[in-house]
Amino acid sequence: MLSKAVDLSPPANLPGASPSPRPAPAVRLDGVVKRFGTVTALEETWLQVQQGEFLTLLGPSGCGKTTLLNLMAGFLEADEGEIFIGGDLVTATPPYERQIGIVFQNYALFPHMSVAKNVGYGLRMRGVGKREIAERVGQALDLVKLSGFADRSPRQLSGGQQQRVALARALVIRPKVLLLDEPFSALDKNLRGAMQVELKEIQRRLGVTTVFVTHDQGEALSMSDRIVVMSAGRIRQIGTPDQVYRHPQDRFVAGFIGDVNRLPARLESCTAERATVAIRDLRREVEAGTLRDCAPGAAVDVFVRPDHLTVRPAGEPGTLPARVAALVYQGSHIDLHADLDPGLAEGSGADGRVVVRMPGQGALATHAPGTEIGLLVPQAGLVAFPPEG
Amino acid sequence: MRRGLRTRILGISGTLLVALILAFIVLPAFVVTLAAFNDRAILSFPPAKYSTRWFTRALTYRDFQTGLWNSLVVTAWASSIALAVGTGFAIALKRYAFRLKDTLEGVLLSPLIVPHFTIGLGLLVLATGLGAARGFAVVVVTHVIVVLPFVIRSVYISLQNIDERLELAAASLGARPGRVLTTITLPLLAPGLVSGWLFAAILSFNEFTASLFVTGQATQTLPVAMYGYVREFADPTLAAVSVIYIAVTAALLTVANTFLGLGKVLNVEQGR
Repeated sequence: MLSKAVDLSPPANLPGASPSPRPAPAVRLDGVVKRFGTVTALEETWLQVQQGEFLTLLGPSGCGKTTLLNLMAGFLEADEGEIFIGGDLVTATPPYERQIGIVFQNYALFPHMSVAKNVGYGLRMRGVGKREIAERVGQALDLVKLSGFADRSPRQLSGGQQQRVALARALVIRPKVLLLDEPFSALDKNLRGAMQVELKEIQRRLGVTTVFVTHDQGEALSMSDRIVVMSAGRIRQIGTPDQVYRHPQDRFVAGFIGDVNRLPARLESCTAERATVAIRDLRREVEAGTLRDCAPGAAVDVFVRPDHLTVRPAGEPGTLPARVAALVYQGSHIDLHADLDPGLAEGSGADGRVVVRMPGQGALATHAPGTEIGLLVPQAGLVAFPPEG
Repeated sequence: MRRGLRTRILGISGTLLVALILAFIVLPAFVVTLAAFNDRAILSFPPAKYSTRWFTRALTYRDFQTGLWNSLVVTAWASSIALAVGTGFAIALKRYAFRLKDTLEGVLLSPLIVPHFTIGLGLLVLATGLGAARGFAVVVVTHVIVVLPFVIRSVYISLQNIDERLELAAASLGARPGRVLTTITLPLLAPGLVSGWLFAAILSFNEFTASLFVTGQATQTLPVAMYGYVREFADPTLAAVSVIYIAVTAALLTVANTFLGLGKVLNVEQGR
């Protein structure tokens, strides 16, 4: 059964909406537009980040996520619209008056200063007293578990340690918002996982509002309270990780978050809520909201996750005929690549290649390439979109 | 092994070639140094008897004394002015987009192409027209023009090695533009500024062609004084002056190396 998603997201921000009794959102973008010459890097964008929220801007490179971050930081000026931080209008406020903390992908530690000087930089710029600086720098270094490293030079630190310094430097000024620009992409894979957990823990403990930019959907799913999926300068969907993963609102989101297979199908009938589609002779129910209009007989693409497909013996009733093309060993699981029966993919634009994620190693022995199989398509967990174009 | 032999011959001849090139680079300085210690009053090689009397003469010769002083004054002013002006232009060229940017860059780097005597002659004509010929100001301006491209290049390369995100990070931490400049940009730029000044100073100290046109009896720099000397005398005094020249320049570079590391100063190492 497909459960109706519970909308956990705050109400969409509308222009002129009546003021709510809740505290002002940590960040609010009202119709912000950014152009570079004739190219629109960010189309009209409305977005609210709640106090204490961990919000991720997710999308491929060039989708506008970094532009959005730079607009929040004040490194770029919006061409249209207004930006509020903590309820204050900051559209024209320079970065040094916004009180935001930022961690860059390469950490951007000051190479000519010690770790302690790096962390204390923001406090010195604010004219905080020497004794208080020493105390707060000490606390910040404790927080990121680098207490013994105060006098080191950033060059002497590993990537993970440099990142902690950058985090401490950003947090020590008690920022209204913490901005993270792809902070994990320079770390090797093992360290990345550990740093993600640690960062999330620190964020939760301090309750600091965080906007995190990444192109890695795994990071986005595991860390975020809400995810903003972007592409081509537009927000495609805003929702909890579960919402964007299980109920993508748009073809791009469905294809970008997680691995997904596309099955060509025909629309049979629909009500306001549900639609019935036929994948060859298999009938399945999907949500109707993602289909632009209901035209029985029209071609649609059904999206299904690799781990939702099951391999059955060829010819079993209720399965799609396919042929094993390759088996890819992935350690914890095996990806079985199969070609759908050519008749099925014909005229749909899909290449007819699907991936089935299988647990265990039995598949290696029993599904040699060339084997005819039947693919069992689940009843639930399917979404359908009109074909591209 | 034929192949091994071929490789070895190639290796040996390669080493030899490099050694020869290096020898030719050092040879003039070597010959002049030996000649400077020659006791005889004509420039000859190799010397039969050694003496330091030409150094005494070089240091007591009036034209060389004033020439050295003039050179030091002109070098100090010209390289410092070139550093200030060149840094400004380098930052403008690196950081800002504006109309005629390419033209400006071309004009600023043109002294690399325009012969020095053209620059000297041009400034002489100009200064005469303005009634300021044969003054120190003209000499300094000439030197600034000649060394400016080197300062701009040096500072520009250093700017390229500075990650602009460092400045953004500083701004996000509350640093106003002025403080970003003094606490981040300039400290990181320091090696480039020192190397730019050093290049400018060495070039200015050695500049002859343009100086010949714009200096007078009172303002002549050391190279011009040496030229005047060699037209009248042919004794090893000039060789002695050359040795002093080499020593002073070497001393400058040694100081730079000790305090800043030559690799850093000459921008050989890439900044991280």
